[in-house]
Amino acid sequence: MSEGIHPIASLLAAVARGITGVQVQWAGCEPDDRQRIYFANHTSHLDFVVLWSALPSEIRAHARPIAAKDYWEETRVRRYLAENVFKAVLVERGAVPKANSHEESKFVGRSLIEDMAAALGERNSLILFPEGTRGTGEKVGEFRGGLYHLAVRRPDVELVPAHMENMNRILPKGEYLPVPMLSLLTFGKPIQVEPSETKHAFLERARESVSGLRRIGSA
Amino acid sequence: MLSAIHDFKLMLLFGGVLCLLVILTVIGRILKQDHNSMVSRSTADNFNAQIAAWWKICVVFALSLLVGPVGSLFLFAILSFLALREYMTLVPTRRGDHRTLFWSFFVIMPLQYYLVGLQWYNLFAIMIPVMACIFIPTSIAVAGDTAHFLERTTKIQFGLMVCGYCLSHVPALLQLKIPGFEGHDARLLLYLGIVNQMNDLLQYVWGKLIGRHKIAWRVSPDKTWEGALGGLVSATALGTLLWWATPFTPLQSAGMSFTICILGFAGGLVVSAIKRDIGIKDFGAVVERRGGILDRIDSLCFAAPIFFHLVRYYFAP
Repeated sequence: MSEGIHPIASLLAAVARGITGVQVQWAGCEPDDRQRIYFANHTSHLDFVVLWSALPSEIRAHARPIAAKDYWEETRVRRYLAENVFKAVLVERGAVPKANSHEESKFVGRSLIEDMAAALGERNSLILFPEGTRGTGEKVGEFRGGLYHLAVRRPDVELVPAHMENMNRILPKGEYLPVPMLSLLTFGKPIQVEPSETKHAFLERARESVSGLRRIGSA
Repeated sequence: MLSAIHDFKLMLLFGGVLCLLVILTVIGRILKQDHNSMVSRSTADNFNAQIAAWWKICVVFALSLLVGPVGSLFLFAILSFLALREYMTLVPTRRGDHRTLFWSFFVIMPLQYYLVGLQWYNLFAIMIPVMACIFIPTSIAVAGDTAHFLERTTKIQFGLMVCGYCLSHVPALLQLKIPGFEGHDARLLLYLGIVNQMNDLLQYVWGKLIGRHKIAWRVSPDKTWEGALGGLVSATALGTLLWWATPFTPLQSAGMSFTICILGFAGGLVVSAIKRDIGIKDFGAVVERRGGILDRIDSLCFAAPIFFHLVRYYFAP
């Protein structure tokens, strides 16, 4: 399924790199084609393309984004981009930990984990934005639970935090024309779920591992 | 447009620059290897980075001469774009500025250079100071966010002025019609560049050698009275000696060089103050690989428009 890179994907990656002038720093690990889950803060539509394009091409061919089904299936163009071009794994949005309707969030949560685990398979890596939606860029929002469940289920897969700066200023939520500022992308030290660590504690630690990679002072 | 090659004085000037660069490169190598010298490692690295940047500028300048005025126009348009990009990246803006920024990058800046290219002096001279000055606050007001309104307007306007408007006066030199100097305007451009950059270098060297009294230590700890005056005197002397390449008499050349040096100093000081305000040492330090353009052209930005207008007023009636 994820063999080869779609030419449109390569084109969009080149355009996104040009606009964002992204500077990539591997601060806590090296690029490696072992199975990984890259999780990052989310402020812009360009986030995934930029993160994806920052990976060496042999890793890129096996790295799939997790994207929200409700959004990416809405129009034909979005669906084509998500399914054919980037081979995204379209899932229901993960539940916010403190969701009101307990029953429903559990049900959705389970199928979400199934889908993501299936997408990982034996070979693939995933790119995940655990905030579940694009934020304003002021701070990294609360993480949803999918990352934790996936980590517990696949302890052999490395969890690599990544932090992107200035993407919200380049193409913020609700805008369709980009401003060519420079952005920074930093990959941090992989984390894992500690024995006896609660879901909430892990998600908070994961969030801090992302926000701690910030290089420029608050925007 | 190979006429540049047949301009003997231009080639002499350019050849002199290349010789100087070779000498400076050798000095840089020696400084790097000599561990016992009084020059610290970081100073040597700084020096070598500056020399490397000058080599690049020389190569690009030579290429742009071969292409002709359009080449220079493109070169400086790209430089303006990169400088504005660096500036806007590090100067905080708000969400409500997004569309104004888009207009600044993709409409106002290209339009400025297009007007310079058309040689439409009356319009390019007021494009950013007047028209953008009205457009930017309007556009921010339309976006509806009034927090820090005046501050945001000023930030964007100033960025456009320095990175776009001021810098666009460098290629504009190529369209001056000076009686008896037709076809030699590239020499003026090179003259401005040499005096300006030598002033930067000599200020630095004099400051390192005999600098004692700081001018504004809060703004720029490196700037001393000894360095500034030493740079001013020696770069003015150098500029005076280059009178043969310009339409100026030696005395006029001294006046021009003096002006370029004073303005260069002002540009460096103002951009340092901005950097202190934002809380960074160099624009290049934060955005390493692609950054540092504004650090190198700050003094040129202030000198270019004034030099252009002086030459235009007194020599190109």
